[in-house]
Amino acid sequence: MSTQDNKKPGQGEDEVKTTGHFWDRDLCEYNNPLPRWWLWGFYATVVFALVYWILYPAWPIGDGFTKGLASVTYEHGDEEVTTHWNTRALLYRDMQTGEHAVRQRDMLEQVAGMEYAEILQDADAMSFVNAYGQGAFGTWCVACHQVGGAGVIGQYPNLSNDHWKWGGKPEQIEEAMVLGRIGYMPGYRDRLSEQQINDVSAFVLSLNGYDMDADAVEAGERVYSGHDAGCIQCHGAAGQGIESIGAPNLTNDLWGLVDVHGAEDDQARLQRVSRFVHDGAEREMPAFSEFLSDEEIKVLAAYVHSLGGGQ
Amino acid sequence: MKHESVETNAGLLIVLTLAVISVGGLVEIVPLFYIDDTVEEVDGVRPYTPLEQRGRDLYIQEGCYACHSQMVRPFRDEMLRYGNYSLAAESQYDYPFQWGSKRTGPDLARVGGKYSNEWQVQHLIDPQSLVPESIMPGYPWLAENPLDMSDIEDRMLALRRVGVPYSLTEEEYERNVEKYGEEHARMFDINRAEESLVEQAQAENFDGNSATITEMDAMVAYLQVLGTMVDFSEYDDGHFAEFR
Repeated sequence: MSTQDNKKPGQGEDEVKTTGHFWDRDLCEYNNPLPRWWLWGFYATVVFALVYWILYPAWPIGDGFTKGLASVTYEHGDEEVTTHWNTRALLYRDMQTGEHAVRQRDMLEQVAGMEYAEILQDADAMSFVNAYGQGAFGTWCVACHQVGGAGVIGQYPNLSNDHWKWGGKPEQIEEAMVLGRIGYMPGYRDRLSEQQINDVSAFVLSLNGYDMDADAVEAGERVYSGHDAGCIQCHGAAGQGIESIGAPNLTNDLWGLVDVHGAEDDQARLQRVSRFVHDGAEREMPAFSEFLSDEEIKVLAAYVHSLGGGQ
Repeated sequence: MKHESVETNAGLLIVLTLAVISVGGLVEIVPLFYIDDTVEEVDGVRPYTPLEQRGRDLYIQEGCYACHSQMVRPFRDEMLRYGNYSLAAESQYDYPFQWGSKRTGPDLARVGGKYSNEWQVQHLIDPQSLVPESIMPGYPWLAENPLDMSDIEDRMLALRRVGVPYSLTEEEYERNVEKYGEEHARMFDINRAEESLVEQAQAENFDGNSATITEMDAMVAYLQVLGTMVDFSEYDDGHFAEFR
């Protein structure tokens, strides 16, 4: 043991002082003062608190609180409102006059004021459409139409291919968003026999280049054009579809509601199409005019159009 | 009091320590109970119906809160993504509230009405079937488990005890009729809780299966009402800034 350990603490000039308490006769405690930088830091926080109390909402008094001297000014209708500093007022100001909000609003108005043909040609407008559209699509559309508009076969239309039941022009896409769409095909289980359903399904597959039984195709064509089924009334004589009523083209080998490409062979394909003709389908897209402004819808329509499949 | 007497008396030291460290909490929390504007006055906020309340219990039971917050903060990016920021008033009948701060999944404070019932059902059964990049686990059993509604009255009684205005007496019922209208007041009547629950589940058939009332009915009923009670178009910009 060194000699120092034998000395009592607190003795000598260069020794640290003790607190002066003795426990169990000779146990005592060094009194090391706080470093100066720490102490001044502490005083600084006290001063900060005093300034804060004066400027911002701070102390509860009665059933209210001190509102502080700082204020926020934002627009309310045509007049300016000044209120005590608070995050909600700050938000209004940010939404109205914040740098990014203003830039976004200006661009939105500018782009929405253009014709679709102009928008699609203009690089600046399209870069805004892509940036803004991605966010809005992610918020409102992606839940059904999936990332990139890939859709879900049987449920939600693919927006990135050439298959457009209601038309793929920007104006038509806009209309779908504003009004919503209800697609309906009746099930034919009561109106056609199983044989007829199979035949007409074979015929429809043959329109898309699948090699089906020739007799079935021939019989199916008669069912397709015949009075009982009335397929031609919606899908047209050549199966080209009618956009104004959302009847899809049956000849482009693009399938939204029946997973034809996922089937193993022609037999399975026939089965899947027959199943669909048998059951029918009803799908609804809600109207988004309730949630989105006209400007937003226009930009979003241009975005959807640019996903790859627009006409 | 001398330093030495505090340091040598463990009991006194504990009491004084507790007193000192509670000051911060007391100063920050207690005034909230008597400041008038803590909970904003706003039209439309009502207690949950029995079915929604069961959905809320399941939300907690399944641990949804571990990944989803229910609190849209007053920032522009959140307004753009989720809708109006959350008001204190909107969770006044939540015991406990589900504000949270951890967002592994998106905030759900305003998810009500954003997606269809069918979407919610499919998404809860198999999230990846609708959102391939999602990391949310599926909850397929919700659609299979019949909803246990045997203790709905006890649940409502417990909530009534902490301040949710579910009615037990005729007088309380009348008060609810005045405040929330008859249709809702009937839903908040503990005496006919199970009846109301079945009625709503059958009328709205949230899970698309009309044969049984499942946990899915309750869960979707709850999700679809989240954040929809206040009609913000009725209020001016700035109205709610007065409360903070």
